[in-house]
Amino acid sequence: MTHHETPPPALAEAPPAGGPSTDSLSAPSSRRHLSFPKIGVVGMLGAMIVLFWLVMALFGNQFAPYDVGEILDADVFEPMSRLYPFGTDYLGRDILSRVLAGTRQTVGIALIATSLAALGGALGGLAAAVTGGWFDALLSRTLDALVSIPSKMFGLILVAAFGSSIPALILTLAVIYLPGCYRLVRAVAVNVAALDFVLVARARGEGKFHIMTREVLPNIVGPVLADFGLRFVYVVLLLSSLSFLGLGVQPPDADWGSLVRENIGGLPYGAPAVIMPALAIASLTIGVNMLIDSLFGRSLRRKGAA
Amino acid sequence: MNAGMSRLLLTRLATAAGTLLFVAAAVFVTTTMLPGDVAQEILGQSATPEAVAALRHGLGLDRPPVERFLSWLGGLLVGDPGLSLVNGVPVATLIGGRLSNSLLLAAVTAAVSVPLALLLGVSSAMLRGSIYDRVVGTATIFVVSVPEFLVASLAVLVFAVKLRWLPALAQAPQGHGLLDLMRSFAMPIVTLTFVIVAQMARMTRAAVIDTLAAPYVEMARLKGAGPIRIVLTHALPNAIGPIANAVALSLSFLLGGVIIVETIFNYPGIAKLMVDGVATRDLPVVQACALIFCAGYLLLVMLADIAAILSNPRLRHR
Repeated sequence: MTHHETPPPALAEAPPAGGPSTDSLSAPSSRRHLSFPKIGVVGMLGAMIVLFWLVMALFGNQFAPYDVGEILDADVFEPMSRLYPFGTDYLGRDILSRVLAGTRQTVGIALIATSLAALGGALGGLAAAVTGGWFDALLSRTLDALVSIPSKMFGLILVAAFGSSIPALILTLAVIYLPGCYRLVRAVAVNVAALDFVLVARARGEGKFHIMTREVLPNIVGPVLADFGLRFVYVVLLLSSLSFLGLGVQPPDADWGSLVRENIGGLPYGAPAVIMPALAIASLTIGVNMLIDSLFGRSLRRKGAA
Repeated sequence: MNAGMSRLLLTRLATAAGTLLFVAAAVFVTTTMLPGDVAQEILGQSATPEAVAALRHGLGLDRPPVERFLSWLGGLLVGDPGLSLVNGVPVATLIGGRLSNSLLLAAVTAAVSVPLALLLGVSSAMLRGSIYDRVVGTATIFVVSVPEFLVASLAVLVFAVKLRWLPALAQAPQGHGLLDLMRSFAMPIVTLTFVIVAQMARMTRAAVIDTLAAPYVEMARLKGAGPIRIVLTHALPNAIGPIANAVALSLSFLLGGVIIVETIFNYPGIAKLMVDGVATRDLPVVQACALIFCAGYLLLVMLADIAAILSNPRLRHR
């Protein structure tokens, strides 16, 4: 090798040419960090952004300067001012308050949906890996075929069928991302299920559920968590897109995507009412990406995706 | 070409056809499992039971599901996906002109973004680790991880509001010249290009870097070949398969982008038709559009697979 560069902390696309996962295994100081994954500056920043939005999802209403639905000003699409930090929307409502209130919708719906998808995918994937045979083959083929429907298209079909109430949206998002979770969990669990200690557990006469949860699951927690974070980003993006199309969260509730949609008329004036909710989405997704990248690294993700 | 490889390709084709059939069944089952009754919904609450029953019969809703699925599938194959529930117009007529609009948008975007993305991807792979590479890498990861409508909003803000180069909406072309046509469709194309280029450049860069890490490239470097020569004559010919794979896969992101872009710019394409269909619960329109999209997606993924197979010498000469 003629040159040896250090990969940029979080945004490195591929493992360095020397081989996979050099950053966590071959560094001489890695022993100290074995129990506690090292988070760089970028990772800390990502963690802070994610924490900030989680707190806002829980307590955002307390910080909102105005009431969400209150029409405060006759002027619409006002620019940023001391009175209205993010300007006003198409009816003259305070955008900061509305973005804060929308956090609960976006983060809440996405978190529940991702958890459902991860839970279902993990159960199915573990069961398939431990059971094998026709059960595994049938489940894998069916879910593989579902993966071949583009996610936005899938979303439109499900919303056309089941409408866009909040429970329907959560189920829609969970169904769309369940096959992906299943594939990842099955792929990593199959390797673990072939190891000797699982064979020993089977010989001991342990039940299937015990093997799934006690023997295999603890050994695949890392990839599953990393996948959870990435999946959460996809769910946020899809939910926002559906809301942006007017098919997601319905008025009077508004998530970040709906806020962009209802204020899109302010775009020609460069109103912050359009840009701010969109930036909120971007900061959340980029923040999660930064955190996941520095926690688990690319090598793990590549291994999991294969 | 040999027997083993054509069998591989045939298997791939059969898999794609089988998947499409499964997707068709999934789309049909999901959209007909409706909690409500379509006939009731069209006529409203005050309709008499006789009127609802008559409409159900007229729409063929009283036939068994399997029969309805088969007749729907047969209709699709001969280009007749039924009538719109909202205005009674044949779905084929609704789709007709809009499909070519969407294909035009996709084709122009592909023609612009493929060369641009290859240039960005290959050059940043060559200059790996440089400031240029990091700027391209950060910019592309930003575009990839934000929603398409943010990219679209920022593009409108910059090109239409601040610079005033382009009109903010995609109207029907004012004049007849090529320039007018380009100008009126420019914003949707610019937005889609940003999204696609970001995906494609990242994947191309990864593919070229993989190739550059191969031992024979190291050998060429040791023999004193310059960086341009290494990339053009040694690495690129061997990276064509992975790059073609990356290009086809990135183009499948067009399908998602098109849905947002046609809606935000009011572009008269098939994705806008489908979104409107979902809003009015016009199921025949939604079903037909969904299948067209899935077929396009499967086609691109299949092309990506075939590119990977064709470029693998171990599969070619077995």
